[in-house]
Amino acid sequence: MRHKKLIFFSLIFVCAALMLAYIFIGLTPDNWAFNFPRRLKIMAAIVVVGAGVGLAAATFQTITANHILTPSIMGLDSLYLFLQTIVVFLFGSGQLVMMNDIPGFLLTLLLMIGASAALFICMFRKEGQNIYFLVLVGFVCGTVFSGLASFMQVIIDPSEYSVLEGRMFASFNRINMQLLWIAAGIAAVSCLISILDFKYLDVLTLGRNHAINLGVPYQRVVLRTLVCIAVLTSAATVLVGPITFLGILAVSLGRALVQTYRHSMLAGASALVAITVLILGMFVTERALNFTTPLSVIINFIGGLYFLFLLLRAKNT
Amino acid sequence: MIEVQNLTKRYREKEVVSNVSLTLPTRKIVAFIGSNGAGKSTVLSIISRLIAASEGSVLIDGVELGKWDTRELAKNLAILGQSTHFSIRLTVEDLVRFGRFPHSRGKITEQDRHVVRQALEYTGLTELKNRFIDELSGGQRQTAYIAMAIAQDTKYILLDEPLNNLDMQRSAQIMRLLRKLVDEKGKTVLIVIHDINFVSFHADDVVALKHGKLAAMGTVSEIINPDVLRDIYGMDIAVEDYKGKSLCIYYQ
Repeated sequence: MRHKKLIFFSLIFVCAALMLAYIFIGLTPDNWAFNFPRRLKIMAAIVVVGAGVGLAAATFQTITANHILTPSIMGLDSLYLFLQTIVVFLFGSGQLVMMNDIPGFLLTLLLMIGASAALFICMFRKEGQNIYFLVLVGFVCGTVFSGLASFMQVIIDPSEYSVLEGRMFASFNRINMQLLWIAAGIAAVSCLISILDFKYLDVLTLGRNHAINLGVPYQRVVLRTLVCIAVLTSAATVLVGPITFLGILAVSLGRALVQTYRHSMLAGASALVAITVLILGMFVTERALNFTTPLSVIINFIGGLYFLFLLLRAKNT
Repeated sequence: MIEVQNLTKRYREKEVVSNVSLTLPTRKIVAFIGSNGAGKSTVLSIISRLIAASEGSVLIDGVELGKWDTRELAKNLAILGQSTHFSIRLTVEDLVRFGRFPHSRGKITEQDRHVVRQALEYTGLTELKNRFIDELSGGQRQTAYIAMAIAQDTKYILLDEPLNNLDMQRSAQIMRLLRKLVDEKGKTVLIVIHDINFVSFHADDVVALKHGKLAAMGTVSEIINPDVLRDIYGMDIAVEDYKGKSLCIYYQ
């Protein structure tokens, strides 16, 4: 246990060190006024997205009793792209730019939360679904949404499409401060609700029957957690855009590092890994590649490879 | 006391338990017997709120199952299902500590630690407490689950086929442990079991189910005789006397 705590605290240390490094490296008195507030804003967004995605991925894996799925992989990201595309398709790209204001943001968020909560609850309502069925449903939903999205993408005006394309890759560089505050508030509330349920989620590691036996109000906890997951994932996606494989990377590395069923540490480690990965990704895009490659491409490349590795390893055991 | 009234469970059209009514004694080992698919596990799962009944009701200490607060019920009734695979590695001690959850709500106190130590001691697992569950043999794993139920400190302990896949020595050990729980700690043990010789040697009462209906109910000496067993299993089983206990011979 002490050993695990040590790893956990080193993780916090590494994360904090990277944050400071990102903010202060290359900062001179000349560029201070421009870079300092900008980097603080990016860092705040990274914390909101990383904490939300990390925690949601960890709790999602617990209640679905699997180690290879996350909400994004289950089709939430395709849903987001679908919603963005349908707005451009129906109302034109002017509307999409408008969606960067508060009502637009809240509307997208609500749609995302509603649709994903509905999707999850339908999937998990029946008892004893096997995990392969869920994987299949997730991929089918994802394919349907992205199929519909690309259908609309090919028939809209090419200039409209180029506006839309900007939305298809996550970016921390065009964040609206007000939206950041709203997303942070919503994410904080959901995180808090999940944190209060951590003691139940610890027991849920043993599976449904043991959890009921030990007096966990199973239905209520699962429903509440699924809603929190929908809110957290949606808030992160609507704020910066889809980063499909961030969650799986965060939770798998986090779990491998702390190796515990305790969610205070597991979800914490997962969130810290997500934040660390995002900062490292920002370093690479900003300082090494000079913005030529979007952040999400880098993270999805690494995360996707890792996901394949997990699948292959699961096949062998 | 556990009472079951007109219990029925349907999956779509198929009735797996039909109109079963039981009043179960306390401080006894009650064995549920019957062929595969007779509805034994279903009845046990309904009593322990793992699955919902289609009709009928279950009363535990006079209170209807649905009216129990699930946390309070967890302090009174423990169910051990057929063992499951965990997605994370747990040590024996971790598992047994989970048994304290209904009492401590996740914050382990000194009292809880004491109970966990005692449960490990009682089941003879103290030396294995730091081993991982997936490194144990089937019998040791089953014993660890029972230790968890002991730590849960409930009046009623329900076990669904705890002897599955265990060798004879381990099976006898577990039955002796359950006997000890009833005799020394005054627990009530309900157990789904296939080997009727273990029933004959260790149980007090028997509930026999057939095609989802109650086929027979009574003390061991009333049930373990060729006529009743023929009704339950539809085969001839010779019953011989061995040192005052009945021994069933069903191998021919």
